[in-house]
Amino acid sequence: MLPKTPLSEFVAGTRDTVPMLLGAAPFAIIFGSLTPSAHLALWQGQMMSLTVFAGSSQFIGVGLMASAASMLVIWLATFIVNLRHTLYAATLLPQVRHLPFRWRWLLGFLLTDETFAIVNSHYIRHPDNPLGHWYFLGSGLAMYINWQCWTLIGLIFGAAFPQLQNMGLDYAMVVTFIAIVVPQLTKVPQLAAALTAGAVAYLLQGLPYKLGLLAAIAVGVTVGLALPKPQAQTLANQENA
Amino acid sequence: MNETITVLGMALITFVIKALVFLLGDRVRFPPLLVRALGFIPVTVLTAIIVPMILSPHGQGLEINLHNPQLIASIFAVSVCVATRRQLLTIIAGLAVFFTWQTWM
Repeated sequence: MLPKTPLSEFVAGTRDTVPMLLGAAPFAIIFGSLTPSAHLALWQGQMMSLTVFAGSSQFIGVGLMASAASMLVIWLATFIVNLRHTLYAATLLPQVRHLPFRWRWLLGFLLTDETFAIVNSHYIRHPDNPLGHWYFLGSGLAMYINWQCWTLIGLIFGAAFPQLQNMGLDYAMVVTFIAIVVPQLTKVPQLAAALTAGAVAYLLQGLPYKLGLLAAIAVGVTVGLALPKPQAQTLANQENA
Repeated sequence: MNETITVLGMALITFVIKALVFLLGDRVRFPPLLVRALGFIPVTVLTAIIVPMILSPHGQGLEINLHNPQLIASIFAVSVCVATRRQLLTIIAGLAVFFTWQTWM
């Protein structure tokens, strides 16, 4: 067995992330091709991927921009949607807290759902890996570069076929969200929260600045919390994992 | 210009949230109720965004009829997703039904 080096850990992190890279590609392409509908220039679309680097917030940002939501609502939605990352970070903190500042902010920036899944399971298997941050970096950087490349391809695709927008390419976002949400609706509170949020969003869609969206999230989450827990698990366990 | 500010604001918010815990360490604490509430965020946000787009795609009242390709394709996509749990297949199947329905109906 070869001794572990920063490079070997970096490569291992990248290698273990390959399935996630393939899974993220279609989302980046769809995101890129949707940006014209949000009245974004191509460079602004790429800038969003380069600086925001969070798939669901980028989709929501584009969707809200396309429907002329106010800047404040877009920022609030971004805030709410990204809150889950604090739980990921809290889970990984024991492995990260000893690192220098420059490592901690870089790894924080590179944190995504996918990299969390890969890095967390790595840390569970190798709790005392002194080079684990190189593994984390390999996974995060692979996701980052992958996201940029596929975004660019989507941007070019969307620009080359502008008639796709008129045909309703924004439906691609709807069906993408369906594919993300439906597998998560395995428990009654989740299902009830989602259905409530959908109903309130429909009823309040006439409110200005897309404020109905925020109301729908608030009511949906409240309904989910009010229902009895099936089993105390998932997120609470992740935090202690 | 406004779009650029919006995007950079999103970037700043996202970065602060992602990096906060790594930078502040144990000084960040999560009440259990907040942890549970966060668990409902993804499904409520995404559902709240798409339901109006599906039920009234033109923003003018309910369109529950066969001339609404968003609705037909979404029903199909949800069924595919429930049956197979495969994301990419769901997306491709939903898009295929959407464009076919829009073209032929």
